[in-house]
Amino acid sequence: MTKYEEMKRMQRVKVTIKKATAYLLMSAGAITMVAPFLWMITTSLKEPGAVFSFQKDWWSEWIPNSFVWQNYIKASQVVPFVRFYLNSIFVTLCVTLGQVVTSACAAYAFARLRFPGRDRVFFAYLATMMVPGAVTMIPVFILLRYLGWIDTYKAMILPGIFTAYGTFMLRQFFLTLPKDLEDAAKIDGCTYLGIFWRIILPLSKPALATLTTFTFMGSWMNFMWPLIVMNTHEKFTLPIGLAYFQSLHGTHWTYLMAGSVMMIFPILVVFVFNQRFFVEGIKLSGIKG
Amino acid sequence: MKAIKNSSREALAAYGFLMPNFVGFLIFTSVPVFASLVLSFMEWDLLSPPRWVGIKNFIGLVKDPFFWKYCWNTVYLMLAIPISMAGSLILALILNQKLKGIVFFRTVYFLPTISSGVAIFILWKLIYNPEFGVLNNMIAGFGDLLNLNLKGPYWLQDEVWAKPALIIMSVWQTVGGYNMILYLAALQGVPRDLYDAAEVDGANGWQKFWAVTWPQISPTTFFIAIMSVIGGFQAGFDPAYIMTGGGPNGSTTTIIYYLYNEAFEWGHMGYAAAIAWVLFIIVFSFTLIQWRFFGRTVHYH
Repeated sequence: MTKYEEMKRMQRVKVTIKKATAYLLMSAGAITMVAPFLWMITTSLKEPGAVFSFQKDWWSEWIPNSFVWQNYIKASQVVPFVRFYLNSIFVTLCVTLGQVVTSACAAYAFARLRFPGRDRVFFAYLATMMVPGAVTMIPVFILLRYLGWIDTYKAMILPGIFTAYGTFMLRQFFLTLPKDLEDAAKIDGCTYLGIFWRIILPLSKPALATLTTFTFMGSWMNFMWPLIVMNTHEKFTLPIGLAYFQSLHGTHWTYLMAGSVMMIFPILVVFVFNQRFFVEGIKLSGIKG
Repeated sequence: MKAIKNSSREALAAYGFLMPNFVGFLIFTSVPVFASLVLSFMEWDLLSPPRWVGIKNFIGLVKDPFFWKYCWNTVYLMLAIPISMAGSLILALILNQKLKGIVFFRTVYFLPTISSGVAIFILWKLIYNPEFGVLNNMIAGFGDLLNLNLKGPYWLQDEVWAKPALIIMSVWQTVGGYNMILYLAALQGVPRDLYDAAEVDGANGWQKFWAVTWPQISPTTFFIAIMSVIGGFQAGFDPAYIMTGGGPNGSTTTIIYYLYNEAFEWGHMGYAAAIAWVLFIIVFSFTLIQWRFFGRTVHYH
């Protein structure tokens, strides 16, 4: 064997060891990430009493020795999960649609149209982006209370729609689009609405998808605001519904875990099939950000 | 003449496009900002008429030992940030080695981030249960293996352990999330020839990391750090509300939790508004730092 071949072989061995170590580390990390979820599922399938036994073997924590699917049925009987789901879907869809539509329109005006006061108004948008949500929370609550909107869907939906961030992000994206298509359309007598609808929006699909994703996730997981403005259980969204369930049945671990599984899994499924999309969105918002 | 007509038509169209968002922005964002500033100089329980008290709320806040305690709690919980960032970077470095199955691992690491908060907090509350939770059960089991009588702490029910418990959970939740993906993108952007040059100079892996990778990705590190600190000052309500109720003995109450209690549990609207403005000033000072280094184009994501 020549020296050169020897060196190459060593190189290959080194790369293999490096890769094996990497896989080992990655797998250890992956197990850590998944273990709590696994425990959640096994717990949700146990006999209600089995959770509180003192004589537990360590493997019985991870491998279900019973499959009490009844827990899922009972959990949904005790608490109107279907109702919470529908409420969550309704609120999230309204917030997301409202946010994306109004932000896109405003962003088009800021990015592409000239009008008196444009820069001053845009500066006001920018300025409020630094303000924590906690600052506006109290006056908005008082306003909604004054309007008699506390404990209505309006109270959950309307304040979530109008954020300066959505407008800002889309404006930055619209600014990067080439202008010549627009000019051509203008010469052909296209209206502003036509340009917005047929040129700007189709070219901005990645940015619109990112905003849609983040607004959807944010609204779906929103806990504090619904907690503040809602009182009637029938109108609860999933997060406050589950928290309420927990406050009532904190000791029913099997039901609690069954409820948590029901809450998490639809989102996980959506994510696993769209994860490429999330990743691109994060890069877009983080790098351009 | 035609030009004037065109530009006024353009302005009219612009107002039309802007109007829906702008009206909502006025009602739900910009006016409330000023309203909360005014409110912070008042005393109002929403039952009796509001009373102007000047800077009394702010003086009260400075003298309020609870406020300082909760500020400290908030900062303490931010220990999760450097731990999680280091973890994210390590994961990103491993994932960046052009391994097969990277999409699978990235997906698995992202699961805790994507799972809805409340369910995760309830899950960890049970995990941390001192008697029947899986964590202490595993610790005891590990002790049996070594013939030791190991006993886990009381976690969320112990004033000392409650904050570390929340930090551990937070690291688990965030380590494979947004920051890892930002780091991964940054690593992929490091020019290949810098590594080649370092190799020619005989640098080993460790030296290459400190001489090439670390300086090259430092803008990302800085960006993530500042964003996390800005977020960290406003964080802590959801997990504490569900897992500890802010206890034991206020050890997991953060600034935002205190604000919630003052405003929506005890009806001290003015005092809560003052807390919100102090929070704003803290966050704003970090935003200024960020502007200095990144210019004004970098904003929240």
